[in-house]
Amino acid sequence: MARRLPRKDVVIVGLGWTGSILANELTDEGLDVIAIERGPWRDAATQFPPNYSQDELRYRIRHELFLRPDQTTFTFRNKMSQTALPIRSWGAFMPPNGVGGGGVHWNAETWRFLPSDFVLKTHLTERYGASFLPADMTIQDFGVTYDDIEPYYDRFEYLCGTSGTAGNLKGQIQEGGNPFEGPRSRPYPNPAQTQPFSHTLFAKAARELGYKPFPQPSGNMSQPYTNPLGVRLGPCTYCGFCEWFGCGNYSKASPQTTILPVLVRKSNFTARDNCEVTRINTDKSGKRATGVTFVDTSGEEWEQPADLVILSAFTIFNVQLLLLSGIGKPYDPVANTGVIGRNFTHQTISDAVGFFDKAKFNFNPFIASGSIGMCIDEFNGDNFDHAAHGFVGGGYMGQVQTNGRPIETTPVPEGTPRWGAAWKTAVRDNYLSAVKPGTGVHGSFYSYRDVYMDLDPTYKDRLGRPLARMTIDFHDNELKQNAFLTDRFAEIIKAMGAHTVDKQYRKGPYDITQYQTTHVCGGAIMGSDPNTSAINRYLQSWDVPNLFVMGASGFPQNAGYNPTGTLAALAFWSADAIRNQYLKNPGPLVHA
Amino acid sequence: MKLRRRDLLATTALFLGSGLLARAGTIGGELPWWPNAGSPPEPFRPGPWTFFSPAEGAALEAIADRIIPPDAETPGGKDTGSAVFIDRQLAGPYGRQEGLYVRPPFLKGTKQQGPQSAAGPAKQYREGLDALDRYCRGNHGGKAFADLADADKDAVLSGLESGTVDLEGADGKAFFELVLKDVQEGFFADPIYGGNRDMAGWRMIGYPGARYDYRDWVSRHNEPFPLPPVSIAGRADWTPRKP
Repeated sequence: MARRLPRKDVVIVGLGWTGSILANELTDEGLDVIAIERGPWRDAATQFPPNYSQDELRYRIRHELFLRPDQTTFTFRNKMSQTALPIRSWGAFMPPNGVGGGGVHWNAETWRFLPSDFVLKTHLTERYGASFLPADMTIQDFGVTYDDIEPYYDRFEYLCGTSGTAGNLKGQIQEGGNPFEGPRSRPYPNPAQTQPFSHTLFAKAARELGYKPFPQPSGNMSQPYTNPLGVRLGPCTYCGFCEWFGCGNYSKASPQTTILPVLVRKSNFTARDNCEVTRINTDKSGKRATGVTFVDTSGEEWEQPADLVILSAFTIFNVQLLLLSGIGKPYDPVANTGVIGRNFTHQTISDAVGFFDKAKFNFNPFIASGSIGMCIDEFNGDNFDHAAHGFVGGGYMGQVQTNGRPIETTPVPEGTPRWGAAWKTAVRDNYLSAVKPGTGVHGSFYSYRDVYMDLDPTYKDRLGRPLARMTIDFHDNELKQNAFLTDRFAEIIKAMGAHTVDKQYRKGPYDITQYQTTHVCGGAIMGSDPNTSAINRYLQSWDVPNLFVMGASGFPQNAGYNPTGTLAALAFWSADAIRNQYLKNPGPLVHA
Repeated sequence: MKLRRRDLLATTALFLGSGLLARAGTIGGELPWWPNAGSPPEPFRPGPWTFFSPAEGAALEAIADRIIPPDAETPGGKDTGSAVFIDRQLAGPYGRQEGLYVRPPFLKGTKQQGPQSAAGPAKQYREGLDALDRYCRGNHGGKAFADLADADKDAVLSGLESGTVDLEGADGKAFFELVLKDVQEGFFADPIYGGNRDMAGWRMIGYPGARYDYRDWVSRHNEPFPLPPVSIAGRADWTPRKP
């Protein structure tokens, strides 16, 4: 029997980016807030100091900062006809763990989605006709517009000190920025980062081919910065240990370096770490959340009652908790009914690796930051006419190489033996003179009827709970998109002066052992219709109005950008709705 | 909900072992902070094998020297310590699959579903090296792998890689892939773990190691970085060896 704790106004499940944002906003409102975090407390100076954080084996290869699969994992299959098997060691994406969540180990690429991404179904249908879309594609509009959430993008960027060059200021296109972006109300809070050699060379080649390159928006500081909460960040030192690593230099925007020093000191905030929420509790009607149940490290079970529940775990765990708690109707892909688990998506990425004459090019690939890079956006979203191409969607592309860490980044041309003297010579001769962007092509992943999440019938976690099951594969639309984009990208790498370009297309079937960003999205999506969405435009559960669900689980499909900027903007938007609408009159904010 | 207390405690012990803050706690009022609370890496201890038998160690050193052969400029996998690196890793959390999901059932899946074996790296090495030894003795006049001519060693390794050499009692192809990955990781990992001795792997490619500040060099396009590599544990000329 769970021991019952004193009631709180708000309980927050997961203290990553969105949990920290909601906690800070709601404590500002005077509410008594508790956050429950599955992983440990993490502090920048203590846990990842710059005297031993630069350890590729420990953090990149052995995954020290991530959730451990023995704590919990997922099962995976490509097709509904297969038996899903557990992910025993991480590969395709890296679930975070601990205070700060993915904000600890992200690259800090801080993008906004395009205005058309928010009204995707409407936009594509109007431009190309409904029959242009594959029959089994289940894309939807978000239920909010770019203009709705622009002020909240702005808030997140100023919280983080995002470094970048504006491309569209209040409708005026700006030289050097992304001309395709939606209008922004003011410039980035910090100028763009300084670009190393290969990134600069990519921009030059792209410009000569007629594109408009711009610096990738970066949560790595280009200069010292004090954010609106009074928290200070230091300038990025281009150490090349960003994604997969924590930054002990206070140069990467994370909850630790932007919010927590203020939040944790508030008298109306507490957090419990190493405590895992196992259930969202509801009353007899099933229409009101009464709090959550969690387990601590000694196996003790606790009940935390609260008036308002904020679910802000990683995408798949949000969906799993909703399913385990019996909140919302589970999605059934055969009957095409239900919503929880629907429209699961990821990202469609690929690369082109360029090899250059070592007598003429020395790129010093180890000099980089997590979101360094020069990009183009000509082939993202619906920025180009798709009519002749037979697919929809797209992505940004660029020289966004984040590192020269040698276990991961010692590229050799295709056809080189994998070991022996020839391999050794090729590694030596190409390390300094190769360009390996990593996720050079960063494409969208739209939603389909047979790509979804549910609970696994066989495999359980250490608490005896069913694992979440992913059924996911690439569809022709995404593979066509990727082939087209990879070819365009390779042309630019070639134009940089590469003597050899290896195109590494994304090919099906979806492979759980190949890293392809941690941007898994959907499963508890937002929208305007309770029959096809789990949450309304304010991220409020249609079924349980005192439950709000944060994060990329709310995206009806994934755009050709990194998701953090958008999910954080939506968190601020939702917090605003709670503060200014919900608290005055607790109940549904949208009547379907 | 029925809790499996023993499993929970076992998991907790693992987190303690990895040096993370492991016990559930409450945070509030002030930022939790105390001096020297992090978990610095533990440097490997030089000395005899901790996991391998002498014969296993000799075989692995011979394999490492064919995967990364010595040349005039850079020593090979044996002298740079890849086998020592693997020995220490197998004796630690990596060898035991610590932190990985190892609950049954273990079913054969598709390639895309990833490895589904109950055996961790430690077991795979033990069985793989044993099977390799039997294969070599049976097909090469009673000789162990380490005693073969280089051309014969390469033929055996190529056969494992392509699947044309079958090992009895081990998956030769999977074993080769495991060894290839680990030998190359040892060559490029920080030398505190026993491989990449004297930062030979880093020197070979021009990687400056565990530095953290390149602000003075970001804009110096196409200019060689002038400083030698440094390890997490420093550099030989900072910490002279004791006589």
